[in-house]
Amino acid sequence: MLAGDSASGLQQTTSHKVVLPFYVFAAASFLISCALLLLNTDIITQHYFNPKTLAITHLMALGWGTMIILGASHQLLPVLIEGKLDSYLLAILSFIFAATGIPLLVCGFYLFNTGLILQTGAILVNASVICYFLNVIGSIIESKKYNIHAFFIATASLWLFTTTFFGLLLVFNFSRSWLPENSIEYLSIHAHMGLAGWFLLLIIGVASRLIPMFLISKYSSPVTLWWIFALINIALFAFIILKTSGAYPNLYYSPFLLVLTALVLFGNYNYRAYKARIRKHVDEQMKISLLSVAMLLLPLLCLMVVIYFIREDSKPNIVLLYGFCIFFGWITALIIGMTFKTLPFIIWNKVYHSRSIGKTPAPKELFSENLFKVMGLLYLTGFILFVAGILILNDLFLKAGAAILLTSAIFYVINVLKTVFHRVKE
Amino acid sequence: MEVLSNNNLYCSAALAGLYDVFDPEIGLNVVDLGLIYRIDFNDEDKTILVTMTLTTQFCPMGESITADVKQSLSNAFKDYQISINLVFDPAWSPDKISPEGKEYLDR
Repeated sequence: MLAGDSASGLQQTTSHKVVLPFYVFAAASFLISCALLLLNTDIITQHYFNPKTLAITHLMALGWGTMIILGASHQLLPVLIEGKLDSYLLAILSFIFAATGIPLLVCGFYLFNTGLILQTGAILVNASVICYFLNVIGSIIESKKYNIHAFFIATASLWLFTTTFFGLLLVFNFSRSWLPENSIEYLSIHAHMGLAGWFLLLIIGVASRLIPMFLISKYSSPVTLWWIFALINIALFAFIILKTSGAYPNLYYSPFLLVLTALVLFGNYNYRAYKARIRKHVDEQMKISLLSVAMLLLPLLCLMVVIYFIREDSKPNIVLLYGFCIFFGWITALIIGMTFKTLPFIIWNKVYHSRSIGKTPAPKELFSENLFKVMGLLYLTGFILFVAGILILNDLFLKAGAAILLTSAIFYVINVLKTVFHRVKE
Repeated sequence: MEVLSNNNLYCSAALAGLYDVFDPEIGLNVVDLGLIYRIDFNDEDKTILVTMTLTTQFCPMGESITADVKQSLSNAFKDYQISINLVFDPAWSPDKISPEGKEYLDR
C-alpha cells in the first residue's frame, strides 16, 4: 500500500519487497560477468562483434547496470519526483520479465543461438522495459511535479525502451533481414542510445539530486541541468542522423563535443555541490561514486581515438577498451558506491522502522566497511590491470586483472548478502 | 534554529530527550538538524503537538524518525498523548541546521 499517511503528512516509500530482487539479481550478474571475463580474456584480441563479447556486454548492461538502476529508481523515484510510485504490480512484472529475459538473451548471445532463445529473451526484456516506462510516466503524471529530475528520468526511460526495441529489431534481423543493412552496421546506434540516452541521462538525473543531498549541500542549479539535458539529447539525435546518413567520419566529433560539454557542466555542478557541502566528511561510498564521475574521462578519451581511426577500423582493442571503461569502469564504480548508500537504508527500514530509539544500529553498520574498502581497492587494481592488458594486448595482465575484478565482485556479493540478510540482534 | 513553544519549561525537557533522536543517514539529532519547528503542550487535555518536518517529504527514514520523536516524548511525558503535525512548508534546507550541528558535520 503506497498511499500517503494523511494523518501525519508522511509519504510512505516503496516497499523493500519490490526493490530487493533487483539488487540481488544485479549482484549475481556482476559476479557472473566477471567470471565470464576471466574465462574469455581472448575476446580482447578479436572483433567486438563476437558472441562472448556480446554476452558479457549485455549481462553487464542489462543484468548489472540496468537491473540495479531499475531497483534503485523504484525506491528513489518518489524522492526525485516528489510523488509516490504509481504501481507495485508493474514494478514486480518489470522484474519478472527482466529476470527471465536477460538470462535467455545472454545465453542466446553466448551460444550464438540467434533463434528462439535470443528472440524470447529480447521480447521479455522489452516487456520489462515497457512496464518500467509506464510506471515512471504514471508516477510523474500522478505527482504533477514536473521538475528537471522528472524530465531526466522520463526521457532516460524512453531512450531505454528505444534501445531495447531497436535491439529486438536487430535480434530478428539476424534470421530475417528486416533492416536494410546487417545488424552489425547498427550496433553503434543501439549501443549509444543505451549508453547516452539511458545510462548517462538517468545517472545524471539521479546523481544531480542525490549527490547534493548526501553531501548536505545547498547548491542547486536547474538551469545547468536543463543545459546538460538538452546537450545530451541533441548529441544523441545528431549521432543517429550522422550514422544513418553515412556522414563523413570527422563529423562524429560534433556530438562528441556536445556530450563533452554536458559532462564538463556536470563535473562543475558536482564540484560546486561538493564545495558548498555542510558535511565535510565524505564517506568511502561517496568517494567511489565521485570517482566514477572522473572515470567518465577514460571512455571519452577512447571515443576520440575510435573516431580518429574509424575509417581504418585498425584499433579494435580501443573499441573494446571504450566499452570496458564504460561498463566495468564508470557504471560499475558508480553502482558499487551507490549500492552501499541505498541498500542499507532499504534494509534498515525493513528491519528497524518500528523499533524504538536507542536500540538500533546506524544503516552504515549493516554492511562491513572494511570489506567495502578492500573491495574498492581490489576493484581499482583489477580495473587498471585489465585496461593495461587491453592496451598492450598482454594476456597475463588481462587474466590477473579479471581475476582481481572477480575477487572484488565476490566481496561485493558477500557484503550485499550480509546487508540483505541482516537481522535484529536480540 | 529556535524551537517555538507555548511552554518553555516543558519544551526544554522535551528537547533534552529529542537530542537523542537521530537522523540515521546524517548522524545528527533532529533538534540540531532543524527538523523540529514547534512543540505545543496542553495541560488540560494532556496532549503534546509536535510540528516538525523531514529533510524531504519522501525521506525513506521518515516513518522511523517520527516514531522515535513520539517515543522520546512519551518517555519524558508519560501521561501525555503525542501527535505529530508533519509540515513541508516551510521546507527544510541546510540553513536550518544549528551552528552546533554545522560544527559537528564540519568535523
